[in-house]
Amino acid sequence: MAGAIWRIWLGLVVGVALIAPAWGAGDFIVLQSTTSTRNSGLLDAILPVFQADSGTEVRVVAVGTGQAIKNAVNGDGDVLMVHARAAEEEFVAQGWGVERFDLMFNDFVLVGPVGDPAGVAGMDDVVAAIGRIAQSRAVFTSRGDDSGTHKAELALWQTAGVDVAAQSGTWYRETGAGMGTTLNIGIGMGGYVLSDRASWVAFGNRQNHRIVVQGDARLINQYGVILVNPARHPRVRATAGQGFIDWLLGPAGQAEIANFRVRGQQVFFPNAK
Amino acid sequence: MQDFAGTFAHSVGLILSGDAELWAVVLLSLKVSLLAVFASAVIGLPLGALLAVGRFRGRQAVIVLVNALMGLPPVVVGLSVYMILSNSGPLGVLQLLYTPTAMIIAQTILVAPIIAALTRELLEGLNNEYAEQLRSFGVSRMGVVATLLWDGRYGLSTALLAGFGRAIAEVGAVIIVGGNINHVTRVMTTTIALETSRGNLALAMALGVLLILLAIMVNASVAALGMSGRAAANV
Repeated sequence: MAGAIWRIWLGLVVGVALIAPAWGAGDFIVLQSTTSTRNSGLLDAILPVFQADSGTEVRVVAVGTGQAIKNAVNGDGDVLMVHARAAEEEFVAQGWGVERFDLMFNDFVLVGPVGDPAGVAGMDDVVAAIGRIAQSRAVFTSRGDDSGTHKAELALWQTAGVDVAAQSGTWYRETGAGMGTTLNIGIGMGGYVLSDRASWVAFGNRQNHRIVVQGDARLINQYGVILVNPARHPRVRATAGQGFIDWLLGPAGQAEIANFRVRGQQVFFPNAK
Repeated sequence: MQDFAGTFAHSVGLILSGDAELWAVVLLSLKVSLLAVFASAVIGLPLGALLAVGRFRGRQAVIVLVNALMGLPPVVVGLSVYMILSNSGPLGVLQLLYTPTAMIIAQTILVAPIIAALTRELLEGLNNEYAEQLRSFGVSRMGVVATLLWDGRYGLSTALLAGFGRAIAEVGAVIIVGGNINHVTRVMTTTIALETSRGNLALAMALGVLLILLAIMVNASVAALGMSGRAAANV
């Protein structure tokens, strides 16, 4: 009987060793991207078209821009698609990426409760609007996660001359989470949130919140796409990755982006040069 | 909160819909967590048994350590495994990051201490009862370990189920090392996290209900096996 136990144990060891590596690796690339492109459904809509054209599967890891760039620096991805121009240019300048291309843009919107405690609904000037939120000390929920949206929001506060770091924990609340989680929290607290339009339009839990400020040129949100540098990380699938970038920037990819709709609305505007 | 009321109907609808994508996610969840429990059993059962039977210097310290590891934070385990499997990490050459294998490794690290600690607890009691008797029969130490594991098998199934519960419900580690990639590493818990972040709360809750039903089914099957096993043993 004792022998039987050890044989069962050995069988388990061998079984796990045999089964574990059985997941095959076909022809694929890993795309490090942001939650807005996935949560809006854009990637689900366009990636199957690319796969049909090229035979390459694109595996998407959707995290905040800061984490996506960090993962790409570690070589854990072949293509980076994010929205924080300064950070992207630094990524390329430091040699982690080959070259940055403009891909598309969408825009940010300021979302707030119907009651509008700061009285900003309908304003055209987003900087004046957030200044008023700071003055009235109405709750503002920030991503606080070093994402592209967070960086854009911090730039707006700086323009408005508000030191939000000093207000952290009072009316200014940092969730340290993704767009959807931050929207859920902001809506729960009846606060204002800066969101990209795509995430907001696709969001399913809006309750009594709506867009209060939109259309300011400072709310434009540019996306870029970069091939991770194979000179730094030899395991980068450079040919397939470049093929994906060429497709995105070419007429087929740009048309797919332009044709994508969320609840009947176009939320991404291709602008590759 | 109409979400809460709609949840149950929603989850029943989900189960009845037979949606292929959903079942692929459910199957991957089961596969990853069951393999993690297998791997953890391979490590945890003998380790727990040795700690129960063995008498060596530092044994108490190892027991305290294993017990403490039951409380490992999943996110920390996820990060550590990420750093090891990353292309910039020591085992990047294996190309395991963002695969189900990486998720199994992370869950094994979380589950093995639970199985080892509970095994040690259970077998120590059995050992106190039977050690003298076994020794008088001239059974070797390895033989004692094997005998205790066999005698304690019904109690040990609870240890395995505790480990399975931790694995199937865990999200922090698998979302980091798996990447929540659609059709590759997306499991039930990461789908729930994703749908919550999309604001689809009713769908997320419905998936949660499905997850609980699944856990009940797994536990019920083990209970049924145990009962028929005991019935057979009494014949």
